[in-house]
Amino acid sequence: MLELLEQLGKTTRGSFAKLGRATFFLMHTLTGVREILPRPSLLIKQMYSIGVLSFLIIAISGLFVGMVLGLQGYYILSDFGAEESLGLMVAASLVRELGPVVSALLFAGRAGSALTAEIGLMKATEQLSGMEMMAVDPINRIITPRFLAGLISMPLLAAIFSSVGVMGGHMVGVGMLGVDDGAFWAQMQNGIDFNEDIINGVIKSVVFGFVVSWIALFEGYDTIPTSEGVSRATTRTVVNSAFSILGLDFILTALMFGDI
Amino acid sequence: MQHSKTQDTLVGLFVAIGIAALFYMALQISNLGSYSNSDSFTVSARFQNSGGLKVKSPVSVAGVKVGRVSSITLDKESHEAIVEMQIDARYDNLPDDSSASIYTAGLLGEQYISLDPGASDDYLKNKSKIDITSSAIVLEEMIGKFMMNKAEGK
Amino acid sequence: MPNSASSTNHIVTVKNLSFSRGTRIIFDDINLNIQRGKVTAIMGPSGTGKTTLLKLIGGQLYPDAGQIHVDGQNVHRLKTKDLYNLRKRMGMLFQSGALLTDMNVYDNVAFPLREHTHLPEAMIRTVVLMKLQAVGLRGARNLMANELSGGMARRVALARAIALDPLMIMYDEPFTGQDPISMGALVHLIKSLNNTLGLTSIIVSHDVRETAAIADYIYVLSEGKIVGQGSPQQLADSKSAWVKQFMNGDADGPVHFHYPANDYLDDLLTAK
Repeated sequence: MLELLEQLGKTTRGSFAKLGRATFFLMHTLTGVREILPRPSLLIKQMYSIGVLSFLIIAISGLFVGMVLGLQGYYILSDFGAEESLGLMVAASLVRELGPVVSALLFAGRAGSALTAEIGLMKATEQLSGMEMMAVDPINRIITPRFLAGLISMPLLAAIFSSVGVMGGHMVGVGMLGVDDGAFWAQMQNGIDFNEDIINGVIKSVVFGFVVSWIALFEGYDTIPTSEGVSRATTRTVVNSAFSILGLDFILTALMFGDI
Repeated sequence: MQHSKTQDTLVGLFVAIGIAALFYMALQISNLGSYSNSDSFTVSARFQNSGGLKVKSPVSVAGVKVGRVSSITLDKESHEAIVEMQIDARYDNLPDDSSASIYTAGLLGEQYISLDPGASDDYLKNKSKIDITSSAIVLEEMIGKFMMNKAEGK
Repeated sequence: MPNSASSTNHIVTVKNLSFSRGTRIIFDDINLNIQRGKVTAIMGPSGTGKTTLLKLIGGQLYPDAGQIHVDGQNVHRLKTKDLYNLRKRMGMLFQSGALLTDMNVYDNVAFPLREHTHLPEAMIRTVVLMKLQAVGLRGARNLMANELSGGMARRVALARAIALDPLMIMYDEPFTGQDPISMGALVHLIKSLNNTLGLTSIIVSHDVRETAAIADYIYVLSEGKIVGQGSPQQLADSKSAWVKQFMNGDADGPVHFHYPANDYLDDLLTAK
């Protein structure tokens, strides 16, 4: 029993220490923004490996999620004779929830894990240390552009996911199942509010982009510089990102759409 | 840093598609595209009971949407609901003796305002008031009344 | 000569340095001086913290006690900005080379120039090609870092380390894991760079023969202490049993072949 308590205390202390390191890391990363902005080529390189390379998986997943929503929504709604609301249902689920959340989960798996592994290996092969000895701050030079690229890419990817998803839903609902085209769009435009739904969805994806990039880069930077350490850090990135995304999604949803 | 031109191009393309998607969401998916304040005029009407009417509920004439509700307030003196609605400027030839009623779309659907055109030669314009109104039908009230009548009739 | 107070002739002075990792003591009150313009070697068995000493000199680690002065400045009292300015004048060659893997050879050597100078690209090209020529790899400028052999990677790293024309270069185990040819090339390079560029070199190594061939002065470390120092000749003639064992590479001596353990026979007979 006493051992159990001791273990718990040790774990708590460890978590707080890590949280502290992560906070300092974030501060340090943000101070680098001033140095990176005059050098957009660094940012563009990372936008390529983080944003462009995630584009395909996001677009394809968005298309399929939208098509499934169209199919499932049609079967449920047609029971109530409310097929006309299909557009609204597809768009509302995508814009409010699935767009930001699913694209953030995919982003964590595709770009987040790659970031952790990249930074972890740079640490293991002394590249970060070497950079420090060349009088170049590795956090500002290496971490900050990646962080910014993640922050910018995430909302764009989520918007692409939602838009492609709506097109997929339209394809299935209107193209295959014969829902009226005008009703599909009219119901959607009637029900989706720009300020409440679209803006809130974008805010969600910005928050997720921030958190996933932070977790991924910190786990890489804080990794134990061995191959096992890097592999465990990569796993932790995906797991912790998923938890954070889903937990934050609940909190943000409650704040934005609910009256809690 | 040496980096290829194709990389620049692809990143540019990615950002352009992303921004296009944001615009698509704003204009095609949401209501931002369908209401604009610049080309519309406001009219108001008083109702005994505005029922489940909400801001942004549709306003229609003969089933065609012509505008939406912009505000619902309570007149402190008469205890009536004052409903302001924005009518699309295209529909500038609605007679000023039109009547407004609150209906429900379907049995359980959303409530909306239906305008019934009158016969006047003058048209509704900005800040006009609609005098003839009929209030929302509240289902519980009707059922209550019906039960009451039944009970009394017995 | 070695323990005199920091005169201008010493580029690095280490005074009463103590450092420990957890409960393990790495350095216990050591003093040493590195002379300007000379090749100084710090030798000792693996695990004696030779690399740690370089990281302490570079200001990447903080000592528990004692001071390290580089070019008259106390490394651990400097503000971040001043420390970075000092580091621009120190080159360090990591054991792995520590080349940036997402760039080719040319960009790796150009990296410190692009980060710290505002030279036009044409001038950078000239400098990079000169440095690559010095290490004999001008023809390999378009290879990626992961396409290089270990010896080539180390030479590229050396070209990068001298890109900013530093005062001194620290070599971390430059000879480990090299075939005889690239080993010979490196030995030759270190010596000739030191002489032609007027550098100061600090070599951390346990390769006795190669190091002794080029070093002007050698410190031998063991268990957190300096157990021997002098010119290669002086050390070779040393009376100390320990230094003798190390310099000759004997399997047993004051340093035992076996890691401390309980009695062999007892251990075998103890059932689980």
